[in-house]
Amino acid sequence: MIDAYATELGDILWRSLQVSGVAVIVSSLVGIPIGVWLGSTRFPGRSFLSVLIQTGMALPPVVVGLLVYLLLSRSGPFGGLGWLFTVQAMIIAQVVLTLPFVVGITMTSIAAVPPDLFLQVRSLGASPWQARWTVLREARSGVVLALATALGRSFSEVGAVLMVGGNIERHTRVLTTAIVLETSRGRFGLALALGAILMALALAANVAIFRLHGRPAP
Amino acid sequence: MSEEAILRLRGVTHLYGSACVLRVSELDIFAGEIVCVLGPTGAGKSTLLRLLSDLEPPSSGEILVFGQREQCRTPQLAQLRRVTMVFQHPLLLTGSVRYNVEYGLRLRGQANSRHVGEMMLERLGLLSLASRSVHTLSGGQRQLAALARALVVEPMILLLDEPTANLDPASVALVESVIAGENQTRGMTVIWATHHLFQARRVAHRTGLILNGELVEMGPTKQFFESPIDPRTAAFVRGEMVY
Repeated sequence: MIDAYATELGDILWRSLQVSGVAVIVSSLVGIPIGVWLGSTRFPGRSFLSVLIQTGMALPPVVVGLLVYLLLSRSGPFGGLGWLFTVQAMIIAQVVLTLPFVVGITMTSIAAVPPDLFLQVRSLGASPWQARWTVLREARSGVVLALATALGRSFSEVGAVLMVGGNIERHTRVLTTAIVLETSRGRFGLALALGAILMALALAANVAIFRLHGRPAP
Repeated sequence: MSEEAILRLRGVTHLYGSACVLRVSELDIFAGEIVCVLGPTGAGKSTLLRLLSDLEPPSSGEILVFGQREQCRTPQLAQLRRVTMVFQHPLLLTGSVRYNVEYGLRLRGQANSRHVGEMMLERLGLLSLASRSVHTLSGGQRQLAALARALVVEPMILLLDEPTANLDPASVALVESVIAGENQTRGMTVIWATHHLFQARRVAHRTGLILNGELVEMGPTKQFFESPIDPRTAAFVRGEMVY
């Protein structure tokens, strides 16, 4: 019995890491370049776009869950993919929830770098891409904060992943949905233990991110 | 100094919004000369340097660098790397002094960047600070580090925007001597914006005056100070408030 639950716990843990990890990687790959562009470019409508992104940070998870559900349901535009109640659907919901954080925080941190720094490094011989990379490096505290925030949001998310994942045993159950289930069954001790594991996971991930960030300058 | 104009401005004007901040009808800078540009704060000295650096396009007119028209939207990297600018407020990168000084060398893929960087740090009296974070430096040390970072890549044209503003007299003398040395040994052309008339007299082959965005006069330094053509220049060198 204990062995069986340990196996299931390992399975839940791995799936939680998989869903959150992939979601944050996708959000970063998409969100950091957008944040860099928005933070370093001025164009009409930029302020309005910034407000939209800030609003995106406050997206209610159940609304995101509902939208992703409708998109992936059999009668929805992407129903043919058959992704509803799969890990893919959970990852999509997590990406929608974390992307505004990555874009918004990256944008703010890039905008805080002195605008002349880009010109200064260009004047030292940097190509446009080298100059952008250097500016991003200068704003790395903000980028690290964006990643940590996205990871925190992703680890703690329950509403959207429950709606689109369905909390199916050995298929889409993750730590947060397992906690909901055990709480509803009245198994508070187990729910608390799962909560402690989730906290430890979040702590370990953040320590890893900040250790990477805190490396001394060359 | 050669008679080849490596920077040529014709009918250049520059606007910020609707305000004209720079008007230069004609200016040639020749290879190997040191040109000081004098003028009060906000006169347009920094704007002139930014246009010359090919990092900002003029609103109208033509700027030729090494005989080629500047293409600010897509400046050619090879050309850009021959012109380096030191900004008025030293914008150093987060990291050590050494990291900053080697930055341009690493961009160019120079193999012995550490050794070359240390030699430049030594010339500017910064070797003992090589491992220090730039955040721990004083204003003057930051300015010297920014200068070392620009000089170490051996630019053909160096644009200096008040590089000695925060320095003590000994450091000012050191900077002037290093720049003069680079000018004499490598033929580096220098365009140097400064507030200090005496500095221009000490270092410049030619000196110019910008007032309210207009290049009032440019001539040999001796003539500029002793027999200026424009009455505003004469008043300026006498220390009168002409702005």
